[in-house]
Amino acid sequence: MVPLAHILALSVILFGLGVAGFIVRRNIITIFMCIELMLNAVNLAFIGFARYLGNLDGQIFVFFVIVVAAAEAAVGLAIIIAVQRNRESLSIDDLDSMKL
Amino acid sequence: MEYLLLFILLPPLVGATLNGIFGRRFPQSVVSLIACGASGLAALFAIAGAWVYSALPTNPAPFIWKYFTWIEAGAFRADFALYYDRLTLVMTVTVTLVSFLIHLYSRGYMEHEGGYYRFFAYLNLFLFMMLTLVTAANYPLMFVGWEGVGLCSYLLIGFYFRKKSASDAGKKAFIVTRIGDVGFTLGVALIFWTFGSADFQYVFARVADLPPGQLGNTLTAIGLLLFLGAVGKSAQLPLFVWLPDAMEGPTPVSALIHAATMVTAGVYLVARSNVIFSHAPEALGVVGLVGCLTAFFAATIALTQNDLKRILAYSTISQLGYMFVGCGVGVFSAGIFHLMTHAFFKSLLFLAAGSVMHALSGELDVRKMGGLRHIMKTTWATFFVATLAISGVPLLSGFFSKDAILAGAYQGPLGGPWLYWLATITAGLTAFYMFRALFLTFHGSSRVEPAVEHPAHESGRKMTTPLVVLAFFSLVAGYASLPRVLGGGEWFDHYLSPVFASSESLLRASTLRPHTEHLSELAVMGISVIAAGAGILLAYLFYLKPTGLPSYLAQRFDGVYRVLLNKYYVDEIYHWLVVWPVTRGSEAILWRAADSGAIDGLMVNGSAELTTGAGGILRRMQSGNLRSYAAWILLGAVLWLGYVLLQ
Repeated sequence: MVPLAHILALSVILFGLGVAGFIVRRNIITIFMCIELMLNAVNLAFIGFARYLGNLDGQIFVFFVIVVAAAEAAVGLAIIIAVQRNRESLSIDDLDSMKL
Repeated sequence: MEYLLLFILLPPLVGATLNGIFGRRFPQSVVSLIACGASGLAALFAIAGAWVYSALPTNPAPFIWKYFTWIEAGAFRADFALYYDRLTLVMTVTVTLVSFLIHLYSRGYMEHEGGYYRFFAYLNLFLFMMLTLVTAANYPLMFVGWEGVGLCSYLLIGFYFRKKSASDAGKKAFIVTRIGDVGFTLGVALIFWTFGSADFQYVFARVADLPPGQLGNTLTAIGLLLFLGAVGKSAQLPLFVWLPDAMEGPTPVSALIHAATMVTAGVYLVARSNVIFSHAPEALGVVGLVGCLTAFFAATIALTQNDLKRILAYSTISQLGYMFVGCGVGVFSAGIFHLMTHAFFKSLLFLAAGSVMHALSGELDVRKMGGLRHIMKTTWATFFVATLAISGVPLLSGFFSKDAILAGAYQGPLGGPWLYWLATITAGLTAFYMFRALFLTFHGSSRVEPAVEHPAHESGRKMTTPLVVLAFFSLVAGYASLPRVLGGGEWFDHYLSPVFASSESLLRASTLRPHTEHLSELAVMGISVIAAGAGILLAYLFYLKPTGLPSYLAQRFDGVYRVLLNKYYVDEIYHWLVVWPVTRGSEAILWRAADSGAIDGLMVNGSAELTTGAGGILRRMQSGNLRSYAAWILLGAVLWLGYVLLQ
């Protein structure tokens, strides 16, 4: 059995990478990938707990998360395409018209 | 009786309300009908009240009736209760009678002035307040009337509010009397603190029960504080400066408020509180002293004034001083007697002056008058009667009342030779300046400007009839109290004795004065006649015979003349001492530093700056930069998580 701590550690590392990438990267699609990374890190954590608590609730919840992630990815990509057509750029720094 | 008493007060209040709210739409005839009707009704009810009261079996005990509870706060209680005794009778009848006559006069006088309805509304309101003042059964209610008449005085002095001098005069009157009002309020507070109530019946009974000497200091303090209020309201030294300026108001106002009624409120206060003063002889002594000094001081100023109304104003101040002398030496009824006769002849003098003013299109400088008695016979005759009365010429009312005071000044419990002689000299001065006014206005050759002289004519009956009625009273009112030595019964004095007798006897007992010489009353009378005669003779020599004496004296004693003409520069002194520091101080400290600096600058603008500054900093969160948004969300999430975990 893989120790729970290992799984959680991996989850945390992945989450952290996702956060870091989300903040640092400029390309919108890269940011989306980081969002997916964060979601999947959370999934990993759920699975780990499910295994170690002998409870299948965690795995059920993972399904929910996957579904939500997929839906969100679809919507998000649609927005990105609309934005790209409008501004001809995929840099997040160019989406700054809502400043005071 | 209780309804009758209330009905003395109600008509003027109703009249004021009707005229005040709807008067603008009424024609002049309706306005004057309401106003004169109201004051006439008040007079009628006052006389009826006198009748009913006299028939009461409890007469002469005061009739007191509580109508409703007005203030009830913890231990302090003041009811709307009215107090009617013989003093109240005298006051209400005098006030309403004179007021009614002046209302009638004003119909003619104010006919062509603007704001007719406003004038009569204020006049009625004033009457209501004055009646409240004299019928109140406790000090707080009296103070309501006190302040009310002060308000109406302000409104009426500043009636021609577009004229700066008039509105300034109104403010001056109100502010100066306010200083006195501080004294009044403190006095009432002290009364309450000492006795637990400010009700006349209760307080006077408690004070009367005190053995003489006990609570002396407290009672003296109360007396002095109340007198301070009287000093302000009745224009005595040093708070008299508002009265001459008050002449800016229409002449009926000067007649009613500043001669017959409001200014007498101070005298009434002292007379009503005679029980307190009788246990505080020191305070009473101050009253007499201030009154005497004021009488002399004002008379000297009146000698040189050239404005007819100013002469009368200073004369009023002087005569009020006499009334306070009367009260101050312990002959309260003499003081009230003089109050009554003075109301008649002084208001007559003012109304006649108004008649002259009307005829001469507003001219008031006696140097530009003269010879008017041929054109204005009725005005001249009534003015002459009043002048005789005020000068203390025998057989007229003023003689008897002034004499009663002079006799008291010499023989009364707190009298003395100094007071007596100063008062007598003042009587001589009074005769002099009044006859000066008479001669310069009505006699001699006309110095009236030609443009004004041609249309000058006697005033209409609306104005002259009240003059005649008042002249009648000036003649006969004195017979209310013929002195014993002349065969009379001193009826007035006896009539008011239930109100004053205990105080007067207490004073007599407590102030043992060695009677060095007992100047008989006849001698007093004789001396005052001589003084009056001397004054009249001097005035005749100065102003009727072309001797050039006045101008010679004015040049020879130029310094003295100018000091008197400029009223001892009292206004200037006050300005330098009080007005200038207060206004400059207010400007510099209260306006610039406190208001502009602290409140506007620090608090209002400061808080705005603070908010804007904070906003400027927080605004950076809304940069439009999505990545910084993400960072903020992350930061928030971390903080929250940390908080939850570390709980």
